[in-house]
Amino acid sequence: MAENDSKNKVNRRDVMRFSLNTFAGLAVGGVSGMLITNSNSREMVWQIDPNVCIQCEKCSTNCVLPQSAVKCVHSYSMCGYCDLCSGYLEPGAVSRDTGAENQLCPTGAIKRKFIEDPYFQYTIDEELCIGCGKCVKGCGSFGNGSLYLQVRHDLCLNCNECSIARSCPSQAYRRVPADSPYILRGDEGAKNSS
Amino acid sequence: MIKVKKLIMSLNILLFKPSFVLSQVVERFPKPDFQSDYTRPLLQTPEPRIKLYEYFDLFVLITALSLASYFALKLRSRTKMFLLMIFCLLYFGFFRKGCICPVGSVQNVSLALFDAAYTIPATVIAFFALPLVFTLFFGRTFCAAVCPLGAIQDVVIFKPAVVSPWIAQVLGMIPYLYLGLAVLFASTGAGFIICQYDPFVGFFRFGASFNMIALGISLLILGTVVARPYCRFLCPYGVILNWMSRLSKWHVTITPAECINCRLCEESCPFGAINMPVMEHPVNRGKSIRFLAVLFILLPVVVMGNGWVFSRLSVPLSGQHFTVSLAAKIQSENSGITTGTTEETDAFRASGKTVEELFREASVIRQKFRTGGWIFGGFLGLIICLKLINLTVIRRHDDYTADSGTCFSCARCFSYCPIEQVRLGNMDPDEASKIKKSR
Repeated sequence: MAENDSKNKVNRRDVMRFSLNTFAGLAVGGVSGMLITNSNSREMVWQIDPNVCIQCEKCSTNCVLPQSAVKCVHSYSMCGYCDLCSGYLEPGAVSRDTGAENQLCPTGAIKRKFIEDPYFQYTIDEELCIGCGKCVKGCGSFGNGSLYLQVRHDLCLNCNECSIARSCPSQAYRRVPADSPYILRGDEGAKNSS
Repeated sequence: MIKVKKLIMSLNILLFKPSFVLSQVVERFPKPDFQSDYTRPLLQTPEPRIKLYEYFDLFVLITALSLASYFALKLRSRTKMFLLMIFCLLYFGFFRKGCICPVGSVQNVSLALFDAAYTIPATVIAFFALPLVFTLFFGRTFCAAVCPLGAIQDVVIFKPAVVSPWIAQVLGMIPYLYLGLAVLFASTGAGFIICQYDPFVGFFRFGASFNMIALGISLLILGTVVARPYCRFLCPYGVILNWMSRLSKWHVTITPAECINCRLCEESCPFGAINMPVMEHPVNRGKSIRFLAVLFILLPVVVMGNGWVFSRLSVPLSGQHFTVSLAAKIQSENSGITTGTTEETDAFRASGKTVEELFREASVIRQKFRTGGWIFGGFLGLIICLKLINLTVIRRHDDYTADSGTCFSCARCFSYCPIEQVRLGNMDPDEASKIKKSR
């Protein structure tokens, strides 16, 4: 009798376990299904909106990578190719040349090259750029705003929660679809949005 | 021509004072017409790396989960399990840098459930759901070999000490608290705290903030004597895996056949996940029944009381949300309580958004936190009561069994079992039965 009783008990527990198992399976399936129908099935990546950025310099220090994945980019189509470049030269620089004491960039990552009188081309050496945005501030305040910051996706680890985004004082970071992972200006921006 | 241009530049410098502005596109200088055959270079835009690995990651996850279940349940091989674990540590940890991970995906899923504007791709949903589905069938084989956070702790287990059961039970409540907090923060949009306080991701990336590394190192040092401390006493995903594993269809058993109660496996589990036989009912049965009755009566009181406490606590918690803290800063600056401004408030004032709009947004988020606080507190109260009920009800069972909730299916205990040794052909059946007699 006692044996019979314990056998029944085991059976009852097994049935309960089976039904709970099915229930849990359906719950997981249901939640996933609900999310999938809502999903646009596109991967999202982090990007900084240059129109919201205030150049606080946090991008250079708050990335999880030893060298920030945020770099300065240059829309040549918007650049005035100025001799007196407010993104390249320190305010009140003694002379307009490549001398380190005249450069705004702390790592000398902007290369200046003479094109024709009076135009100069400025190129960013991304190996050297630390993403501090000093040049962006200079260019945006006095120039055309052709220099701006972008997350470079060959470097970005695409953390689930971007640690720069968490500390960004103007909340300029947002997730964008991986198919159009940049928020660009100038001709590149126009091409992307079309 | 040149002189005119230089004059404009100097004028510009004089006119546009360096002030606090968002970097805007203003064409202050005309685009040059080049006389030479110069062509403007194009901006290079490298593709995101995620697109390369999107489906490959999923493939590796499914393969690893299948292999782990096969090794645990069919082959019962610790060596193969260990090798798979090392592979997953290298792949998901050091190669993929710890970011795409089922543990953190809990937050993406909660945010997607509560915020219609936030959608997640199918791969993230799969990373959340697949380990749960596998656990429903085979137990927590995900923990044993696939999770890189578990693997990095598993390799440092040196001399595991026995954590006394009541300490383990109390510490085992922390994951529920952590899960509740993570879901509350994620679903209100306040941030992903599991990622923020991920202790091991700093090792995978060879660099992180000092606090992260310090937390990681101390957990690994602790992990030499207390096996897998993060998995047992912190991991929020482990809570859900624990539930699923309790219901699992096929869970690993210590012995391949019938337990002979030889006690050899008793201390083989570094995680204290082996249930010892309970032969007799507790002496004072009446007392425990009375206690059980009290618990059932108290259950709604504890649930509601906890809900109330946490709905109050949600006020300081909501301060973690950017919008709420910004609104508080703006308010105290505008009313003159604090002097000076911060970068955040400067940026807000430059954005052109009105204060009323901000305050409205903040109050919506505060309300969400209050509601969330009730649910979170009620959930914790329910869990505490269920835990106490579970500890009061003592069920008779005769064998040494792996605790289906907390067992990671790591396959360590198998080799301690003489019946397993007989199965492997290392021991004579007669010898095994002798062990049974001598005990």
